[in-house]
Amino acid sequence: MELVTLSGIGVRIGGNQALSNVDFGIEKGEIVTVVGPNGSGKTTLLRTIIGAQKPTAGKLHRAKGLKIGYVPQRLSIDATLPLTVERFLNLPLRHRRPDIEAALHHAGAEGLESRQMVALSGGQFQRVLLARALLKKPDLLILDEPTTGLDQPGSASLYRQIEQLRSDLGTAILMVSHELHVVMSASDRVVCLNGHVCCHGTPEIVASAPEYRALFGSGTQGALALYRHDHDHHHHSHSDHSHEHGACDHA
Amino acid sequence: MLDDFLVRATLAGLGVALAAAPLGCFVVWRRMAYFGDATAHAAILGVALSLALSTSVFTGALAVALMMAFAVSALSGRGYAMDTLLGVLAHSALAFGLVAVSFLKGVRVDLNAYLFGDILAVGQSDLAVIWIGAALVVALVTWRWSALLTSTLSPDLAYASGIDPKREQLVLTLGLAIVVAVAIKVVGALLIVALLIIPAASARPLSRTPESMAVIAALIGGTAAILGLRASFLWDTPAGPTIVCVAAVIFLATNTVTRLKRR
Repeated sequence: MELVTLSGIGVRIGGNQALSNVDFGIEKGEIVTVVGPNGSGKTTLLRTIIGAQKPTAGKLHRAKGLKIGYVPQRLSIDATLPLTVERFLNLPLRHRRPDIEAALHHAGAEGLESRQMVALSGGQFQRVLLARALLKKPDLLILDEPTTGLDQPGSASLYRQIEQLRSDLGTAILMVSHELHVVMSASDRVVCLNGHVCCHGTPEIVASAPEYRALFGSGTQGALALYRHDHDHHHHSHSDHSHEHGACDHA
Repeated sequence: MLDDFLVRATLAGLGVALAAAPLGCFVVWRRMAYFGDATAHAAILGVALSLALSTSVFTGALAVALMMAFAVSALSGRGYAMDTLLGVLAHSALAFGLVAVSFLKGVRVDLNAYLFGDILAVGQSDLAVIWIGAALVVALVTWRWSALLTSTLSPDLAYASGIDPKREQLVLTLGLAIVVAVAIKVVGALLIVALLIIPAASARPLSRTPESMAVIAALIGGTAAILGLRASFLWDTPAGPTIVCVAAVIFLATNTVTRLKRR
């Protein structure tokens, strides 16, 4: 049973076709990463799934009672808004103190309860956002470029935290990322987006797809080489991939 | 007790300050100060219309303030930046209001009273309107508080929590329209925004949570109303502006003290 299913989704924003004919789904406990160049509709896809953007075509189905935790790419809190971490975590619903402590622990942000949101460092801020998303006990966690503004050790440790969440809590995770090497190692499936789904499947399949290489070119050679080396067998049998391996759309 | 004009004026000022405080916080957090201006200026047009149609000033001001609020919501995101849009709407509404007033032959309109308010002329029925309006606004904001706050932080976070930020924006706009309509007699169209923003801005350095900021803003607004009225009585200064002056002095004080403490 898929948590979220998109079939033939199209989104027009102000006369601009941001997404067209997107078929996509995510299952329980899966980690799926969306990659794509700037303006390829990655954020639009996430916003459509959380309900912030109405699709102009196609059907969006959410499993009954699905709880989504959302970590936005950026959240600018106006300096005139006094807000402690604890108060932020209690928005919009109040939670019990032990739950808050547990969420902060899972997000790797222990002990920040009484700090002001605007005084947090970039890494702490992202982790608090993650903790807030976790408080709902979500079935599906959606993260939009969760490591924006973090340095490499910071983002590596955040990604480790995210993987840990899946194994601890069984949460399905859908994220947008531009850090291809991380994407390739941590995801069960990768969706390559450029206004439409141009390619999807296991990381190895996507990495070897010509559409993907056309989009990401030579800058990612290192990361791709690693995968081509390890999983060379995949693209020899390209035509008969089973469903869970995914498929590449060569049209 | 309500026979004394100074008591009535004080109660009117307290009512407006109470309703303006939580709304003012949102106006500050959402950077929509101009929105208050637009609504307040439009209310002048409402005053003109209500005199022409011989309805109560409150009804006319409320109707036009609401129309303005809906117009801004509908027009936003269609190519003009919000400040441009509000600038166009606010000043044209004010201009149309002033022109409309000039057509009212035979009706003596003291425009000054609506631009600057006349808190000392507040009657018992005005007082009832102000307090009912204030109670409504406080109830509305309290009821929607969490949803409003979440939408203020980020519309997308609100959507993900099943809150429609557009509906919350409408709630806020509705509250603003009510406050403007009840306050126009007290402080006038030009000073309403001051009562929204200055107490909230003065409360900011003293607050650690959004709730405490709203409560402290209400206390500061109330203090400004009481002290301002006393001062205007003692020195025979115009009441509305004196209240705003006191609020401005409090703003200066809280911000200076906090800055000195931090050193």
